Amino acid sequence: MRQTHSDKDYQVLQVVAKLLVPYILLFALYVQFHGDFGPGGGFQAGVIFAAGVILYAMAFGLDKAMSLLSPQVLRPLAALGVLIYGGTGVAGMFLGGHFLDYYVLATPPTAGQHLGIFLVELGVGLTVTCVMLLIFFAFAQRAEQAP
Amino acid sequence: MIAANLPALQVVLPLLSAPLCVLLGRGRAAWLLATVVSWLALAIAAALLRQVLAQGAVHYAFGDWAAPWGIEYVVDGTAAFVLLIVAGIAATVFPYSLLSVEKEVDPERQALFYAAMLLCLAGLLGIVITGDAFNLFVLLEISALSTYTLVSLGQDRRALTAAYQYLILGTIGATFILIGVGLLYMLTGTLNMADLAERIEGLHQSRTLQTAFAFLVVGIGLKLALFPMHLWLPNAYTYAPSAVSALLSATATKVAVYVLLRFLFTIFGTWFSFSDMNVDWILIPLALVATFSMSLVAIFQNNVKRMLAYSSVAQVAYMTLGIGIVTVTGLTAALLHLFNHALIKGALFLALGAVFYRIGSVQLDRMQGIAREMPWTMAAFVLAALSLIGVPMTVGFVSKWYLILAALEKGWWLVVVLILITSLMAVVYLWRVIEAAYFRPRPADREAVSEAPWGLLLPTWVLALANLYLGIDTDLSVGVAGEAAQRLMGLGP
Repeated sequence: MRQTHSDKDYQVLQVVAKLLVPYILLFALYVQFHGDFGPGGGFQAGVIFAAGVILYAMAFGLDKAMSLLSPQVLRPLAALGVLIYGGTGVAGMFLGGHFLDYYVLATPPTAGQHLGIFLVELGVGLTVTCVMLLIFFAFAQRAEQAP
Repeated sequence: MIAANLPALQVVLPLLSAPLCVLLGRGRAAWLLATVVSWLALAIAAALLRQVLAQGAVHYAFGDWAAPWGIEYVVDGTAAFVLLIVAGIAATVFPYSLLSVEKEVDPERQALFYAAMLLCLAGLLGIVITGDAFNLFVLLEISALSTYTLVSLGQDRRALTAAYQYLILGTIGATFILIGVGLLYMLTGTLNMADLAERIEGLHQSRTLQTAFAFLVVGIGLKLALFPMHLWLPNAYTYAPSAVSALLSATATKVAVYVLLRFLFTIFGTWFSFSDMNVDWILIPLALVATFSMSLVAIFQNNVKRMLAYSSVAQVAYMTLGIGIVTVTGLTAALLHLFNHALIKGALFLALGAVFYRIGSVQLDRMQGIAREMPWTMAAFVLAALSLIGVPMTVGFVSKWYLILAALEKGWWLVVVLILITSLMAVVYLWRVIEAAYFRPRPADREAVSEAPWGLLLPTWVLALANLYLGIDTDLSVGVAGEAAQRLMGLGP
C-alpha cells in the first residue's frame, strides 16, 4: 500500500479487518487441527492463515505486516516445516519401520497413525503459511519499489 | 535398519538436507553439508548396485503400504546403473562447486543455491528409483523446478530468459507426461508401474492407451531434448553457473532417457511400443537428423559452452538411436552411452568451469592461448574431448562401438556411415577449441592467468581419468548395461 493516502482513508477497511483477522486465524487453526477428523488439513489451513496476515498487510500496510513476520523469520520456518514432515518419516525408520510408517510411532499403532498425520500436517501447514507470505511479500515489495 | 532402508535414504537424504541448507544459511556450511550428502548418496547407490547384482531387484514399500496401493520404490539393474552415474556425477560436481559458486553466485544466495542443487539431485535420483508413475511425475517436477532456479542464478542477465524459456517448455513437457499418466490411470485404475504393465496387456487396441502413449512420448521427448524439441537446452546450458551446467548436462537428459526406457519397455512393453505404435519410426529418423544437424550447428558456435550444449543434443540422439534399434545390443549401446556421455560431458563442462573461473569467459577468442597458462585444465579437456570423439581406450569408444555393432546386426550400413561422419564432425568442433587454446597467442587485452586451483582441478581430473579407466576396464559398465538391456527386452533371468 502506498503511503500517499492517510490512514483515515482506510478506516472502514481497517475496522473490518481488525474484526475479521482473529477469526480467520482461529479458523485456520481449526482447519489445521481438526483436519484429521473433518475436511481440511495442513495445506488449506496454511493458505487461510496466510490470507489472514495478507488481509492485515493490505489494511495496515506492508511494513507493519513485515515487522510482525519478517522474511528473515519466515524463510527458516518454511524450511523447518519440510523438516518436520520429513523428520516424521525418518522417525518411522529409526523405530524399525519403513520411511513414513506411522504405525511404529506410538502404541497402540492407531495412536501412532494419529500422531504421524498430526505432525506431517503441522509441517505442511507451517511451510504453506510461510511460503504464501514470502511470495506475497516478494511481489508486494516490488510494487512498492516501482516508481 | 540402514541396509533395509537404503532405497528410501537414497532420495530422502538429499531431499531433507535441502531445508537444512536453508537453515544453515551460510554458503560454506551449506556446501559442506551438500558435499557430504552427495558422497553418502554415491555410497548408497554403490551399495544398492551390489545388492541388486547379488540378489536381484530390491523393492521398498513406502510407509509399509503394499505395492499396487502404496508408493513402491524398485531398484533393478537398469535403475541401479543410472543411480550410480547420477550420484557419481553429483559427488564430483558438489565439491567442485565451492570455488566456482563463490565466484559466480551472490553470497546471500549461496545457501539457497546448494539447497536447490540438493533438491535437483533428490528429484533425479527419485525419478530413477521410483516404481510409481505418478510419483515419477512429482519427482520430475522437483528436479525441474529446482533446475529452473539454478539456471536463473547465472551471472549473465540472459540466464533469466534462458531459465524462463526452459520453465515454459519444461512445464509443457511435464504437463504432457501428467496427461499421459492420467489417461493410463483412467484406463487401468492403477499407478504402480508393474501393475500398469500387467493391466495394459489386453488393452492394446484401446484409443485411450494409444493417446496416453503419444502424450508420454512427446512429453518425455521435450525433457530429453529430442530433436526438434531441444530449443530450451542450448541457452539453459550456456548461461547457467558452471557447476550447474556440468550437473545438468551429465544427468538431467540422461534421466529423461531412462524415463523413456521405463515407459517404452517396462510399462507399455516392447510389443506395443514398437510393433503396434511403431515409435522407432519416429525415434530413428529424428535421431539421425539430430546427430547430423546438431553436430553441424556445434561447429559454428563461438561460445564453447553452447557448442557443447548442441553436441549434447546430438549425443542424446545416439541414445535414442540405440533405443530405436530395439535389440539387446542397441539397448546396451543406449545405456552405455547414457553412462559414458555423463562422464564425458561432466569432465568437459568442469574443465570449462575452471577456465571461466580464471578468465570469466568461455568465448573461443578469449580462450586463445589458454593452454599455456592452464595446462592441466586443458589437458583434462583434451582427454574428455578424445572420449567424446570416440578414440579407443576411452569410454566414448566403448559406447560407439556397441552402437555401430547394433546397427551392423540390423545391416543398416547407412546408419553406421552416419555415426562415423558425425564422429568426424565432433573432431571438427572440438579441434576449434583445441586449436584456439594451444596454437593461438593470448589476445592482447587479456591478462595472463595461472592454473586453476586444486579445488577445481581435482574433480575435473577425477572425471577425466574415469573416462580413461572405464574405457579400458569395461567389465562394470558393459556387464551391468548388457544385463539391464536383456532384462528390459524381457529376455534375461
